[in-house]
Amino acid sequence: MKKFLAQSYIWIVLILLYSPLIFIAVFSFTESRVLGNWTGFSLKLYENLFSGGMNGSSSLMSAVKNTFIIAVIAASLSTILGTIAAIGIFNLRGRRKQTMQFLNNIPMLNPDVITGVSLFLLFVFLGFSQGYVTVILAHISFCTPYVVLSVLPRLTQLNPNTYEAALDLGATPSQALFKVLIPQLRPGMISGFFLAFTMSLDDFAVTFFTRGTIGLDTLSTYIYTDARKGGLTPELRPLMTLIFLIILVLLIILNVHQARQIKKQKKNEKISKYSAGSGFSHRLSRRS
Amino acid sequence: MIKRSNWSIPYFIFLILFVVMPLVLVAVFAFQDGSGRFTLANITRFFTDKDALATFALSIEIAIENTALCILIGYPVAWILSNKKYNHSTVTIILFILPMWINALMRTLATAELFNMLDFNLGKGTLLYGMVYDYLPFMIYPIYNILNKMDKSYAEAAEDLGANPWQVFWKVTFPLSIPGVASGILMVFMPTVSTFAISEFLTNGKIKLFGTIIQENINSSMWNYGAALSLVMLIIIGITTLFSHKEEENMEEGLI
Repeated sequence: MKKFLAQSYIWIVLILLYSPLIFIAVFSFTESRVLGNWTGFSLKLYENLFSGGMNGSSSLMSAVKNTFIIAVIAASLSTILGTIAAIGIFNLRGRRKQTMQFLNNIPMLNPDVITGVSLFLLFVFLGFSQGYVTVILAHISFCTPYVVLSVLPRLTQLNPNTYEAALDLGATPSQALFKVLIPQLRPGMISGFFLAFTMSLDDFAVTFFTRGTIGLDTLSTYIYTDARKGGLTPELRPLMTLIFLIILVLLIILNVHQARQIKKQKKNEKISKYSAGSGFSHRLSRRS
Repeated sequence: MIKRSNWSIPYFIFLILFVVMPLVLVAVFAFQDGSGRFTLANITRFFTDKDALATFALSIEIAIENTALCILIGYPVAWILSNKKYNHSTVTIILFILPMWINALMRTLATAELFNMLDFNLGKGTLLYGMVYDYLPFMIYPIYNILNKMDKSYAEAAEDLGANPWQVFWKVTFPLSIPGVASGILMVFMPTVSTFAISEFLTNGKIKLFGTIIQENINSSMWNYGAALSLVMLIIIGITTLFSHKEEENMEEGLI
């Protein structure tokens, strides 16, 4: 009985969480321009989305493209900057280390609006013309702390002797770095990259303030402008449905992969504290 | 690797440029008038502006209500999910996190449209529903995390010593999970105050939150007043962070 109550509670909350998503998904299969008005089954919205036909959906696709380009560039640069920074911070001691860690925490504590407004003022102050570059710089500034936090624990787990052994065996410092250190940091770098990537994809407020007036749109800003004009572009419905399905598949793959890794790790009796779900928790801790 | 400590320098410079400088500029702009002279007018304007103060109070009120609702709804979810008796699979946990990967604006709009279709009047009720909807996972996850890692022998010991399930929960499990709740509060409270867009969508523009008035001022080129409002918010963040600093320290392990 208790078990039944507990499980029905979980299911009720889940149904409430998913009802808007399912609602959108269902109405992506009808032609009506007004959401909630069923005019028979149709794949027309999907067709429009891909053919770029119908008013507005071509700019929708360019917004999707921008979102991805910005996320890839910002996440890559954050990963490089963050990994170098993590190696540096790891080797710092005392006051300086604390200062770096404190500074690294600021972007994570700042709400999006403040990050956006403050960067906007910076670019105004410096006289930067705002567009792609400023959005990417802004994204790097809030993504890098998460890369640092994903790489640092790897460094602590690392056996420092391997690096020195490489040097003793005649490797140059840069060889030792690329052949010994970086390969061992790779899992942290990869999870940092994906964290940065998803955060950049999801961002609205920071992009909104730093994109300037050149008409640069990401998916978030597109939706915002669209909704303010009244009425959502109907092609957003199939787009959201597809994004949802892709994420669902990715999460399943990722989880199977993680489960396998945990099994492997357990075999080796090395249970890393950065195992399953570290991605989720980082992402969740982001807005704190 | 000793010499590699200077590898933190590029990031240090980056942080100074793109994190510290912008925040300093917020303070600088807040104490300037349009032509760059020092003034306190922006700050005094906020404290005498009835609308801004009312928005501020409303934002805090909604944030408190949202946080409370998230705890009330989210804690039982986290507890059930962490309890081996009721839940064996990680799939359910993933199901709770999955919606967060969908663009937040899109989810919010979908919620608003759903209310529209059901002929609900958009207003404070729907705003709260949407806020809880958006932030619930941020409350569930840290609590789940700490409950899941908790040493079950404490609860068992209490049981062995004759505590009933109710007592076990309130005297053992709940006090041990407080750091998780604290970190959940941190993740829900401040972001609620600062959201914009979400409140507009869910109330048809009827209710503005503090984030919205910051955005409106910046967008209509009232940078100095916008900066002053941001400064007010920064100070509140500073206070909340200091306030929960201890809890946060306890939580660091749990978050990871």
